[in-house]
Formats: sequence, C-alpha cells, structure tokens
Amino acid sequence: MSIDTETAARVAHLARIRVEEDRLPALAQEFNTILGFIEQLNEVDVEGVEPMTSVTPMRLKRRDDVVTDGGQQDAVLKNAPDAREGFFAVPKVVE
Amino acid sequence: MSELSRLTIHAARDALAKGETTAADLTEACLTEIEGAGALNGFVHHTPEIARDQARAADARRGADAPALNGIPLGIKDLFCTKGVPSQAASRILSGFRPEYESTVTRKLFESGAVMLGKLNMDEFAMGSSNETSTYGDAVNPWRTDDRKLTPGGSSGGSASAVAADLCLAATGTDTGGSIRQPAAFTGITGIKPTYGRVSRWGIIAFASSLDQAGPMTKDVRDAAILLREMCGHDPLDSTSADLAVPDFEAALTGDIRGKTIGIPREYRMDGMPEEIEALWTRGREMLADAGARIVDISLPHTKYALPAYYVIAPAEASSNLARYDGVRFGHRAKLAQGDGIADMYEKTRAEGFGDEVQRRVMVGTYVLSAGFYDAYYNRARKVRTLIKRDFEQVFAEGVDAILTPATPSAAFGLGEMAHADPVQMYLNDVFTVTVNLAGLPGISVPAGLDGKGLPLGLQLIGRPWEEGDLLNTAYALERAAGFVAKPEKWW
Repeated sequence: MSIDTETAARVAHLARIRVEEDRLPALAQEFNTILGFIEQLNEVDVEGVEPMTSVTPMRLKRRDDVVTDGGQQDAVLKNAPDAREGFFAVPKVVE
Repeated sequence: MSELSRLTIHAARDALAKGETTAADLTEACLTEIEGAGALNGFVHHTPEIARDQARAADARRGADAPALNGIPLGIKDLFCTKGVPSQAASRILSGFRPEYESTVTRKLFESGAVMLGKLNMDEFAMGSSNETSTYGDAVNPWRTDDRKLTPGGSSGGSASAVAADLCLAATGTDTGGSIRQPAAFTGITGIKPTYGRVSRWGIIAFASSLDQAGPMTKDVRDAAILLREMCGHDPLDSTSADLAVPDFEAALTGDIRGKTIGIPREYRMDGMPEEIEALWTRGREMLADAGARIVDISLPHTKYALPAYYVIAPAEASSNLARYDGVRFGHRAKLAQGDGIADMYEKTRAEGFGDEVQRRVMVGTYVLSAGFYDAYYNRARKVRTLIKRDFEQVFAEGVDAILTPATPSAAFGLGEMAHADPVQMYLNDVFTVTVNLAGLPGISVPAGLDGKGLPLGLQLIGRPWEEGDLLNTAYALERAAGFVAKPEKWW
C-alpha cells in the first residue's frame, strides 16, 4: 500500500495540522517508509488472538458517583491564550 | 567538580544523618555545577529559589524522623507538571504553560523531602531517541571521545546528561519505549522502568498512555531502589495505578542471586550488532553465572515484531492524547489572519507548535486509526502485542526469574549524525527496550563497561511483573560484578 500526496493531505487535515502543498510529497514519502516498516506485522499469524486492551489484568476501580472536585474556574482558565469573562474565547464558530 | 554533587543519594543520606553536610550545602553545590554546565543543555528551567526553600525546610526537619529523601537535590524531567514552574514537554506548543497543579510523582518526592533544582531537557513529548527533537535544542552527553558532541540518548536525555555530569544526585525520567534505559546506557548511569501501573501517571504529560511509566535515573542501583520506592504507590487519580503495597526495594539488595534463573533470549542477537555489544552481553552472562545464577537460553519468538507494533500503538495513542493541544486551553495559539475560522486556528496552531517528529507521529497515528485501516493496523498491532506479552509469560512460567539483554544496539552516537537517515533508522535504537513496555514489565539498564573508544555501554535486565525488588537485586549483583566506576572527564 502506498500513500499519495492526496492521502497525505487528507491525513494532515484529519490531524488538524496545516501542511503546505510543497511539503506533501516528502511527507507522503515518510509515511510510506514508516508504513513499509509496519507492514511486517502482516507476517504474524494472529488468528484467534485477542487484541490487548490492558497490559495488566485489572478491573478499573469504581467510586460513588458524587462530585469530588470543582469550583476552580480561575485555575482552569489561567493558562488559556484568550480567556474572557470566565470563558475560553475562540474565533467565531457559528454564523 | 564539587565533591557534594558527586554523591549518591545513599551517601548524601548518610552524610546528612551524621551531620557532615546540610541540605543547603548539597543544594548550593548542585546549583553551582548547573550554572557551569550550560554547554550540556541539560537543565532548561532553573528553579534555584524553590531549591533553596526546600533545602532550608529539609535542614529544619533533620533527625531520626526525617523522610527518605530529606534534602536530596534532584532534577525533574520537563514532562512532569510542576506547580507554577514551566512544564512544556520540550514543546513549543506548551510555551508559557505553568501548571496549576503538581504531578503525583513530584508531589510524593517533595513530601519525601526532595529538593527540585529545575526541569530537564528531553525529546519533544518524549518522542525521540537522541534529544534532538527538543524545542530547547539538543542536550549533550558529558561523555565524548573527540571534539564531536554526542547524544545523551532520549527521550530522557537531559536527565541522563545531568546525572552523569554530577549536576544533581539523581533525576526523574519517563519511559514509553526505552526513554529511561537507552539514555542511561548512553551515559553510564542506572535507570529503571517499573511495571506498568507501579507509578502514577497523573500530571505527567501523556504520550502513549498504555506504555508510559516514570522511573528513577541514578548513579547506582541502590539509589534506583531508594528513589523508585518514593515514586511508587497507588493513586486514585490514575485509573491504571495498581493498588498494591510498595515493598522496601533497598532491603531487597542482598547481592545474593544464587539459584536464580537468568534467561538469554536468542532473538536479541541482531544482525550487524557491533562485536563489542555482543562481547559485553557474554561478559554479563558470565558475571551472573559466577554470582551463582543458572543461565538458560530462551526464545521470545515475536521480538522482531515489537518495534513495528510499537510504531502503530504509540502513534495511535499519541494522536489521541495530543488532540488536546488546540490553542484553546493552554499553551501556544497561532496568530490568525482576517476571516480565519476555528479549524484554521487548530491547524495553524498545531503546525507551528509541534516539531517535525511529533507531527509525523500524530499523523501516522491518525492514519492507522482512520476508517478502513483501524483493523488492518491498530487491531493487528494490539493482537501482536498480546503475543509479545505471551512470549514473556511463557518463559517466566518455565521458571526464568530475569532476562539479560544488551540495553542498546550501539554506544552513544554523534548529535546530527542521524539527520539524514529515515525515521525508522532512529527507531531501531529502542529495539531491545520496547518489548518491555509492550509487555508492561519492569526493566533496568545497568552500566557494564566501556567500548573501544571509551564510551559507556549498558546491559538490560527484564523482570517479572511487580518483582522490581528481585530485579533490582539481580541488577545489584551485576553492578558489583561489573565494577563500573568510570566517569566522563569534565570539558564543559
């Protein structure tokens, strides 16, 4: 399987990373090198093997469904590039 | 070189207990060393005021009841969130970020009396094996053979460099595919990655959550045991943190490994492996045999597929974890043009904020998780991961206590030397370490010798899950037999 510049552009968009047109061929080439390396996995017989979900068999802990934290609006907004009136500010999303 | 900054944790602990030195003196000695070591680019955020305050507090609480790390000056990898102190995973996208909270590991270290000297250089988001993807520039290995600057390894390159150069007594690292063990081997120090779930990941900036574990990087095995114990423990804030008692790892260090069974995996004998690595591995085997261990040849048949599986799973998890860097909640936001919408903001911010390797891995991860490829890549890799873990389970079930391998396929290489190689060439650095993360096992790198040019080489021991005490003891026996005492000659 080989990745063309069109696929590279689509992946970049899915990842929300702007890639300029002239960089796409080199990027597609890098993807192909890495995917070529990954293709080795096709040699392995995985028939009937469960995909791993947790490396250490453990049941996730449960706790009572109660509020344990909150009321930290200032701390939450402290590092925002643009915070106004208690909110994160972003460019207009709806017309 | 200051005598005080050269101390191990246990030597400093003894000196403090006897009143031969103070936390303040230890801290000043380290701060002076750090100031003179700009050429190593290990410490990237300096916190002398915090260090002096913590040292003063440590001196005030000296005595029989003092906590285990009272007055011990440490360096902290930039991946750990430290309250009010820059914590940016060596990425431009987190420039200016000062966490409002403390990671569980650093909180525990401070509660144990440790002193933080500053934050340490690393590969961006821990993605790299040479510390060359850092927004702070390369960290430099204190070891060298000529005028060339060598890599300290990665991703915990700053931690390795700082400990090897005696800028601090020890440091924290994190390991997703070898990021503690490979730099430890490249710089002649000790580094252990504990069992997955031993150390809380809360407040450690996430790379690949099913593989990431923090651990200590130290001057010897005893220090690794001491520091690891203080980092471990159940944490309700990390759902994968194990609710198990933390043993006294230092008490396990008897050096007696008689009757232990050490496995030598034949699949770790790689084509093109330098003869010196092969010879070191053979010597390690002999040393453990001389100490009374039984040496057996074993097979881990899926070893070859560990790196390709890793380069599906780790980027997939990274693409998901790094989705949070969107220019909205923290860190960098790109300057927008008139009329740019929110998607432009995301795309420009991430293009400016992430370096090339991080972008590459996020996009590879996005691809392997995308509709139509999820089964072919991601699910297949997770099945191979099951098989890799099963390989280890089988040899442990057959009575193997620990597995001995080389830590790295070479000694430290020159910074910039891999610039024109394809990304896969760099990935091969982790060929001996990455299996351990995929299987969730504890692994330790112990300095075991010098190559022909005088650069350090390490051996890796892999242990059974949750048996870090036993693993550290085997490492202790290996350390005593190897007698590695070489130090880099100061040039910085």
